[in-house]
Amino acid sequence: MVTGLRSAVMAVSAAAWSSAEEGARVVEETSPQGSGRFELRSVSVAYGPETVIEDVTMNIPPQAVTALIGPSGCGKSTLLRCLNRMNDELGNVRVSGTIALDGQDIMARGVDPVDLRMRVGQVFQRPNPFPMSIYDNVAYGPRTQGIRRRDELDAIVEDSLRRAALWDEVKGSLKKHAFDLSGGQQQRLCIARALATHPEVLLMDEPASALDPISTQQIEDTVAELKRSVTIVIVTHNMQQAARISDQTAFMLRERLDMPARLIEVGETRKVFTNPDDPRTEAYITGRFG
Amino acid sequence: MTHGRPLTVARSNGRTAIRRAAEAVATGFIRVSGWTAIVVLAAIAVFLAWNSVRALREVGVGPIMVGTEWYPTSHPGKFGAAPLIVGSLLVTSIALVLCVPVGLAAAVFLSEFATRRIKEAAKAVIEFMAAIPSVVYGLVGVALVVPAVKSVFGLDSGLTALSGGIVLGIMALPTVVSISEDALHAVPSSLRHASLALGNTRWQTTYKVTIPAASSGIFAAVMLGVGRAIGETMAVLMLTGNAAVMPRTVLESVRTMTGTIAAEMGEVVQGGLHYSVLFVVGLVLFAVTFAINLAADVVLEKQRKRWGA
Repeated sequence: MVTGLRSAVMAVSAAAWSSAEEGARVVEETSPQGSGRFELRSVSVAYGPETVIEDVTMNIPPQAVTALIGPSGCGKSTLLRCLNRMNDELGNVRVSGTIALDGQDIMARGVDPVDLRMRVGQVFQRPNPFPMSIYDNVAYGPRTQGIRRRDELDAIVEDSLRRAALWDEVKGSLKKHAFDLSGGQQQRLCIARALATHPEVLLMDEPASALDPISTQQIEDTVAELKRSVTIVIVTHNMQQAARISDQTAFMLRERLDMPARLIEVGETRKVFTNPDDPRTEAYITGRFG
Repeated sequence: MTHGRPLTVARSNGRTAIRRAAEAVATGFIRVSGWTAIVVLAAIAVFLAWNSVRALREVGVGPIMVGTEWYPTSHPGKFGAAPLIVGSLLVTSIALVLCVPVGLAAAVFLSEFATRRIKEAAKAVIEFMAAIPSVVYGLVGVALVVPAVKSVFGLDSGLTALSGGIVLGIMALPTVVSISEDALHAVPSSLRHASLALGNTRWQTTYKVTIPAASSGIFAAVMLGVGRAIGETMAVLMLTGNAAVMPRTVLESVRTMTGTIAAEMGEVVQGGLHYSVLFVVGLVLFAVTFAINLAADVVLEKQRKRWGA
């Protein structure tokens, strides 16, 4: 039973890997290296007195997909929120260690989180379009950046919707209310909205967990396409999904409730899924817990 | 028998006959109470209309609604209620102009920026503001607002529409603040997070996303504030000077519909024409407040459906 599951996961990941490699080669041709690279050194996060994540050190390569996997409550989303400092908004959260984006410490005093978030976009677990038209949703970020000219906005909206693979479905109805779209379309709209500010990095927090299989497939295709131009960090509960779409996988685990979560293993997705270094990783990906 | 009994108990969910009877009584009581509210409302409307019949027949709707002369005790009495209607609208408008910006700003502060402790404290204060009897507001107005208006504008008397409107604005604040705050609070935080993650500041997020998303609830808050202001009697009676003439500026004395009914009802002949005209004025007030509350309710219901809360 367990071995059957495991080999199935491996087969999927091996197949995903070969196509991922093709993608990676294209990337090198189309986009400059060194934009959208994260380096985390001894990152710890505390909610009030309680340390929830301890000593995470890892690199996030540019123009590639990094998957964060692990059981519920292991701090994946919290770690993700460190990368655009959204934890700042939750209050009572302390992040220590260093997090550098393209060599610049994003937690430094001089860094305005508002500017950082223009460079590091986020897509949330549930589609959360604003209660306005499709067009206005996508134009929201650029307008904040001060872009007012109609033709310029039109171009950004079209480009973002194309990159999020939604353009063909909505090009005739940009004035329609975003709530009229299906859940999957709303989520791709949220991706387009995040892309409209031309971020170097896109953070995705279980972006397909509230969606049906077909919509999930479309989101995954979008991710595969997007990594040519942006760095993607995706939190997922779905290990097949991690195996299919990511180049690098990080496995996090909180072994006991009174202990902080730690990074157990990080490496090439193919390696993590087929030949993990740590027995806990192997136990998790073969479905023995979590 | 021994083996039928547990089955029966199980089927009736373990309740005895007495408990079942008590439950039936309680359910019945609740149902009757619910219907009573509706019946009382309908009865008020019918009663107002019934007592208005004489005035509507002898004076007519037109002369009451647009007539500008209100001399109910002259012979024959003149029952032009337009100055009263205009007086009510004027005082209510002043109240709104003052309380909507302040109330909305307070709601935004409490919902989006205040720390939890400040929010709790402010909510307690606002609830207390709503509980103060209106005659106390009237007293404070007479002592503070009336002299202030008099000296600032150099008037002979500070008993003006403006004085009434200022105090009324303060009285309507709790309604506007607490309902707007509820509306802002009901906006899902996922929308705020989405905006923040797009590189907006909290303030940009508030005015670009949160306030528009809560706009229907804020509209309802304003409507209910209007309802509160237009129906207020005691404070306006004490502060507006009660001259039943068509006002030309906000610095003149006005008389409101509510003030008129309260002041004159004690001195009319029961069943007389004046008595009946006052019921027409009451009917107008009833219709206006009913319409305002209904509109606010419809809008609030729309918002509730939208956010599934």
